[in-house]
Amino acid sequence: MKNAIDIQGLTKRYGKLVALDHVSLSISEGSLFGLIGPDGAGKTTLYQILTTLLSPDEGSATVMGLDVVKDYRKLRTEIGYMPEKFSLYPDLTVDENLHFFASLFGVNVKDNFDLIAPIFDQLQKFPNRRAGALSGGMKQKLALGCALIHRPKVLLLDEPTTGVDAVSRSEFWGMLATLREKGITILVSTSYMDEAERCERIALINKGRILDVDTPGRLIEGLDKNLYNASSKDMYPLLETLRTLPDVKDCYTFGATLHVVTNDDFNPDDAICKLRQEGLEDARIWPAKGNIEDLFIKLAKDDG
Amino acid sequence: MNAKILKILLKKEVSLIKRNPIIPRLIVGMPVLVMLIIPLVATLDVKNVEVVVVDNDRTELSRRMVADMDASEYLSVTGCYFSYDEAFRQVEEGEADAIVTIPKDYQKDLTNGEKPELDLKANGVNATKGTLGAQYATMSVANTVARWQAEQGVSLSAREFGTVNLYNPTLDFRNYMIPALMVVLLIIICGFLPTLNLVSEKESGTIEAMNVTPVGRLEFVLSKLIPYWAVGILVVTVGMLIGWLVYGLVPEGNIANIYLAAILFSLVMSGLGVFIANRSATILQSIFMMFAFIIVFQLMSGLFTPIASMPRWAQCITYAIPPRYFIEIMRSVYLKGATMTDLWVQYATLSVFALLFSLVAAMTYRKRA
Repeated sequence: MKNAIDIQGLTKRYGKLVALDHVSLSISEGSLFGLIGPDGAGKTTLYQILTTLLSPDEGSATVMGLDVVKDYRKLRTEIGYMPEKFSLYPDLTVDENLHFFASLFGVNVKDNFDLIAPIFDQLQKFPNRRAGALSGGMKQKLALGCALIHRPKVLLLDEPTTGVDAVSRSEFWGMLATLREKGITILVSTSYMDEAERCERIALINKGRILDVDTPGRLIEGLDKNLYNASSKDMYPLLETLRTLPDVKDCYTFGATLHVVTNDDFNPDDAICKLRQEGLEDARIWPAKGNIEDLFIKLAKDDG
Repeated sequence: MNAKILKILLKKEVSLIKRNPIIPRLIVGMPVLVMLIIPLVATLDVKNVEVVVVDNDRTELSRRMVADMDASEYLSVTGCYFSYDEAFRQVEEGEADAIVTIPKDYQKDLTNGEKPELDLKANGVNATKGTLGAQYATMSVANTVARWQAEQGVSLSAREFGTVNLYNPTLDFRNYMIPALMVVLLIIICGFLPTLNLVSEKESGTIEAMNVTPVGRLEFVLSKLIPYWAVGILVVTVGMLIGWLVYGLVPEGNIANIYLAAILFSLVMSGLGVFIANRSATILQSIFMMFAFIIVFQLMSGLFTPIASMPRWAQCITYAIPPRYFIEIMRSVYLKGATMTDLWVQYATLSVFALLFSLVAAMTYRKRA
């Protein structure tokens, strides 16, 4: 299958800070690809280079075979971009924003409405409301609609669900799946680990470097081994004590419990005994199921 | 340059300006208020200078002098004293601005063809009132004397000389201010508003969405400037109408000359505005930068204080200040009826500034970081 996005040794520096450090990545056409990383990992910089807003210092990138530096004008008509920050005109209405962006690309809203119809299902009820007066979830839908109105081949979404409630987030991901079925390549970044699991493939990025690229399933494979939950009434002493145990490699809070990463010699029963001696009478330890977040913590730790 | 895209962008700009809760009111309200209020308050005209007289002559002529001074709309005689000391106390107490002392035998000496001297002292605490008051008093006295001499058939031996103010005979400060106020309005409307508009797109992030569309930089910037150019021309028109209807001031020269200068100056200001917008990331930054320029523009362009009374080095600086030329054109065309031939230097300099500022604006504008 052809690659929609090809990135080779991409580097971008802001003074001394290296935002992207020789990033190489290939994203095949028609896939839903996730870019997972904490704030400041370099995700937005990567988006800005792919959307021709920034020039890279080193390396090259192509989107649909078009170079981001040389063919930037043509490239802009092939991509749909939704920046992290809401970037529609708050004083224009829903309809006006949509028609405005459509006319800039020289397309007719009617001709392409089929593509965005599922997204606009709710928005159609108030076409004359100003974009600034929409709720967070509605704003995201309108922004997605505006990014799609010219039928781009590649959709670039930078943290589209930040600040959106859980139900709208889930809906939003449902829409992305529908769009992917229509053959649009989607690159989406997120810092929500649960969203990462809805991508076909993900790249983990931290401090400007790609840590790993694979399907979510394969990436978390093997994590279950040597991963345990631990809980007690007094969580903080529990965390402190677990960290002093010789066979424990890492211990961090994970929701209401602690996740304990251990080596092969770890024995939960021995550990519980030790914890009881320390006065943590109600301490419990049981096997945990690993997910992307555990993987990310592991990779970030290995990375230093 | 894509005319179709420019049209779409302009349509958007116009509807955004219309929807803004403040800008449309500002565009209409500010020029009208400025033109209606400022010429009345920012005036250097001095009225009701309070004069005390020490009349040592006590003749028909001296009484006429006092009566004429009191009749003048600029002077009011608040007291007649027999000694200078008494009169001086009035000045000390702040009751009088000037003392006119008529010497003994003034009328007699004048009749005999001598040149008696009047003594005039002004309170310099309020410098303008003092000097102007002294001038008014001198003029009033000179008139009285001249008329009296004519009546008496005495040859005008005492050669008084008065000043005739060309082009603005009554030295009406309004005539001086009104053309210049339109310059202030253009500075704000063509310089400030497009800058704020451009920077607010940066601040709100909408520029990101625009930059990934096929919109070119030229169309984008033009879409920001054209509406304000139009507003600027409108403001000049409104300003001229108010000048005519309210103050009865009509340009002596050709109105086309005023419009041409206004267009050139709008280009200068918008070039500067775009440059500032390019250099600022936030509205606050741009406002401060703009203020730095506007303060210098207003105080050093000869708007309020004449350039000729500035120190030599400051006068040299004013050559680099574009509104200086626009103000010169406005005042010359308005008051003197100057033509293009008279003012070609000013027009040429403004054109050079327009070109230069637009070039700097274009060079500092980068769509890609």
